[in-house]
Amino acid sequence: MMEQLTRSGNEAAALGAKLSRAEVIAAYPITPSTFIVEYLAQYIADGELKAKLINVESEHSAMSACIGASLAGARTFTATSSQGLALMHEMLHWAVGARTPVVMAVGNRALAPPWNLYANHQDSIAQRDTGWIEFYCENNQEVLDTIIQAYKVAEDKRVLLPAMVCLDGFILTHTRERVDVPPQDAVDEYLPPYRPEHFVIDFDRPLTENVIVTPAWYMEYQYQLEVAMRNAREVIREANRDFAKKFNRDWGGLVDSYFMEDAEVAIMAMGTIAGTARVAVREMRKAGHKVGLIKLRAFRPFPIEEIRKLGSQLKVLAVIDRNCVFGSGGASCIEAQSALYSIPNRPKVLGFIAGLGGKDVGVESIKYILNKALKVSETGRVEREVEWVNLVGGE
Amino acid sequence: MAQQYKSWKDLPIGAVVPGGTCYLNKTGTWRVSKPVLDRSKCTKCLLCWIYCPDVAIAFDEENIGIDYDYCKGCGICANECPVGAIKMVEEVESQ
Repeated sequence: MMEQLTRSGNEAAALGAKLSRAEVIAAYPITPSTFIVEYLAQYIADGELKAKLINVESEHSAMSACIGASLAGARTFTATSSQGLALMHEMLHWAVGARTPVVMAVGNRALAPPWNLYANHQDSIAQRDTGWIEFYCENNQEVLDTIIQAYKVAEDKRVLLPAMVCLDGFILTHTRERVDVPPQDAVDEYLPPYRPEHFVIDFDRPLTENVIVTPAWYMEYQYQLEVAMRNAREVIREANRDFAKKFNRDWGGLVDSYFMEDAEVAIMAMGTIAGTARVAVREMRKAGHKVGLIKLRAFRPFPIEEIRKLGSQLKVLAVIDRNCVFGSGGASCIEAQSALYSIPNRPKVLGFIAGLGGKDVGVESIKYILNKALKVSETGRVEREVEWVNLVGGE
Repeated sequence: MAQQYKSWKDLPIGAVVPGGTCYLNKTGTWRVSKPVLDRSKCTKCLLCWIYCPDVAIAFDEENIGIDYDYCKGCGICANECPVGAIKMVEEVESQ
């Protein structure tokens, strides 16, 4: 029996961790955190989840505790947002190098100053180069499902990298919608217990974790990470396929495409903006425009093959980013441009910065962007490569 | 390490290796000056043993000695010795 109730993104994330049978949870639940860990604390207190909850003094310590517990052989979970994620930065690198498959929910919230805390992807985008896998979710059901899939991917022997599951602050974290909760036994079948081979604290078999290496071998260790991240692409596709087979929900793997079969102009988006874009695309299709949507589900590893395949049929790709690489453009736009540059018939790529700090991105905003892209597809001329949408006073 | 592995593929994941790597990696070569103990002055008070940050003072219930395989020549033992039984001597001069 599927249990169907309305739940917030915070609760969906906590339920995902509970269904995944996280064994150690360490977190620092202060603003700008979310309720995710409070839900988990409740499940543990009520005896619904057998796990150790570690109260720590900072997010840096939360990640350190997760890494230690993961080295000891436990499945670990944590959650944070904005400043808290920034404070974790040093240990995010450590989790990657130590090959600890920690899974973390990130409620994407704007960084200060000025204080804002509303939806913004800058916090997790700023962790792009740590080597974490990064998923972005469109709705609360996807949050729950992606946490379970994230463990499946992170713990795979071909990967062994930590994974972030990102959900837009407030728009998902604090909003309730219908979420189907899969039965525990089905999740157990999909996700067997974590049994690491490369390390586990065992007094009869002492190990030295993360030794010093000389310049002769550091680069070789970095290449192992590169290979693991490349492997993650196929593992994410597999995990999604297996999940779809078992639970009848297919999130697309690395990307989800909508009306892309014969699209000449497409919009690419991450997180909740993708949901709004579906409505805009559907309405513009009714008006006879050949438009489509590419939902970027995995930002790291970036789905180079999928973007090249979908991009090669397009005249114009408009990329919307809820983040900004200052002085350049949106992070996913830069990635898309880089992925498309070497294909023979590459589309024109337009970048749009929108929705920073929770500014609303409505159906009209998406239609405005798609109309701009349609105009470029007619004229073949790009007048502005990056545009800030709905900016008070204009650029 | 260099002799043991031929490729990045052989490196143990997460740089996890069997315990006790310090036994293989002698770090005394980092030393510039070394402590030299004058046994006639030593009272075996063991302050040097307590203070040594590198566990390089050896004590077997009878005698005190310095483990030059691991002593990095920080000089804390010489500084703490209350009877002046330990002197720091530059490695070049001592050879």
